[in-house]
Amino acid sequence: MDATILPEVTAVGVIIKAVLILAVISAIAGFGTYIERKVLAFMQRRLGPQHVGPYGLLQLAADGIKLFTKEDIIPQHANKIIFSVAPAITAATAFIALAAVPVFPDFTIPFVDVFVPSIASDVNVGILFVLGMMAAGLYGPLLAGMAQSNKWGIIGSARTAIQFLSYEVVTGLSLLAPIMMVGSLSFVDFNDYQSDGTWLVVYQPVAFVLFLIAGYAETNRTPFDLLEHEAEIVSGYVTEYSGMRWGMFFIGEYANMITIGVIASVVFLGGYNDWWIFAGWFMILAKIAFSFFFMLWVRAAWPHVRPDQLMWLCWKVLMPLAVINVVITGLVMMAG
Amino acid sequence: MGLEKFKDRNVGTQNYIKLDLTHPPKDGWSKFKQVLSRAVQPELFVGLWVTLREMNNALFRGKMHTTQYPLEKLPISPRYRAIHDMLRLLESGHYRCIGCGLCEKICISNCISMDTRYDENQRKEVSEYTINFGRCIFCGYCAEVCPELAIVHGGRYENASEQRASFSLFEDMLTPIDNLNLQQEYQGFGAISPNADDNIKKTPLAY
Ligand code: SF4
Ligand code: SF4
Repeated sequence: MDATILPEVTAVGVIIKAVLILAVISAIAGFGTYIERKVLAFMQRRLGPQHVGPYGLLQLAADGIKLFTKEDIIPQHANKIIFSVAPAITAATAFIALAAVPVFPDFTIPFVDVFVPSIASDVNVGILFVLGMMAAGLYGPLLAGMAQSNKWGIIGSARTAIQFLSYEVVTGLSLLAPIMMVGSLSFVDFNDYQSDGTWLVVYQPVAFVLFLIAGYAETNRTPFDLLEHEAEIVSGYVTEYSGMRWGMFFIGEYANMITIGVIASVVFLGGYNDWWIFAGWFMILAKIAFSFFFMLWVRAAWPHVRPDQLMWLCWKVLMPLAVINVVITGLVMMAG
Repeated sequence: MGLEKFKDRNVGTQNYIKLDLTHPPKDGWSKFKQVLSRAVQPELFVGLWVTLREMNNALFRGKMHTTQYPLEKLPISPRYRAIHDMLRLLESGHYRCIGCGLCEKICISNCISMDTRYDENQRKEVSEYTINFGRCIFCGYCAEVCPELAIVHGGRYENASEQRASFSLFEDMLTPIDNLNLQQEYQGFGAISPNADDNIKKTPLAY
């Protein structure tokens, strides 16, 4: 793929894109909490938020007011600096990761003629960058749990360490097979590879499933949300947090959910290519929305796993499967 | 029979019936088979299907469970023991209580206090009657012992107020004279809820 056929990427376009991402995604991340409560409620035949605004839509504003005005408590024996910085790590890395994923196709703003690229910064190692950033984000829960001098926090950060570190392996290996097929680490190349309408999930179903599982583990979603498993360890790494610091962890988590959705859509599900009669921008939004919905769906349906089952699943099932998948992909590519 | 059997305090160690549990796989191949069979079982998808079906039921078939409490209220069972009501005679509208004092006597938390006197016709009338709802345990003895069916448990369960005294005076519990036609007779201790028929359903055994 030659990048020169695209219109020139200008600084203005990139800035517009970055602001768009920051504004839209943080709004969606907040809105995601509303969607999550509603969807989970419906699946349990409840109504969910109902009283603030029409259909409870303004619940978001109420939550925001509550988060901002709540007392910010730092426990007595906590390491104050690390305790304060940790939520920022989670939120910041989640948004930095979003800088390198395409959340919307290229478009040109009419009249002023500014070209807005699909990715705020199309680094040629896009996937590595995003995975790296999401891995760096694990410092948030890790440091938060260790800094708060609370036993639940310690257990939460220990689980962070084992869970994220081991599932990082599966994410990497499962993405390796599609990367071999496409021969590039850039999301744009992935998208263009599938522009003929055949989604990569057709060639790589195993990798897709593995990636979803590992993605759920990395975004700390049910059935792998052991880091803050309320039934066992109160709230894990966020036990001592309150107010906006707690909110930042959640914005980070929801932003990560969107990132995983974007990666799954672009790498496996055909990206922002037009499909049938649907335009590309609609397709990518629909796919991201569905993968977000799927996370909520899974949360409503499936129970947690135990930490030892989690490790067992990762090292004895998923990782061998991922390796076999990579080997078979390699053999087929050499043969073909 | 001697007493040895009863002196043996070590009751936990005998008479266990071992269930015939399936045996865990021993060699690698059978372990692998177990993993494989567990992995391809569609149980997880059954879970997904159930939640989706319930969402469909809730949204499009009107099977939402939620009662939006202050706006809608479920009918309350006639057996429910809430704040007491003092009933009136339907013919004359006079209160039924004859001041016999049995309820005061039987109240196990000693929270009814009453006084009586002769009125101008030399009939007994209730001059003081209060229930201290800070002490009342809503046992229902007072209602059971009352020979006149004068004191009964009503359905007023929303008893948040600035002071408990708002409920506890005789006049507060007495049926308002203009609502006499709405006065509910006590159904008795075996009464069933008015919506009992709607609540009958099959035991959900199978998903
Ligand atoms: S319900 Fe029981 S405790 Fe309450 S006033 Fe009647 S007898 Fe006393
Ligand atoms: S038992 Fe009945 S009739 Fe007798 S004092 Fe109490 S309420 Fe009145």
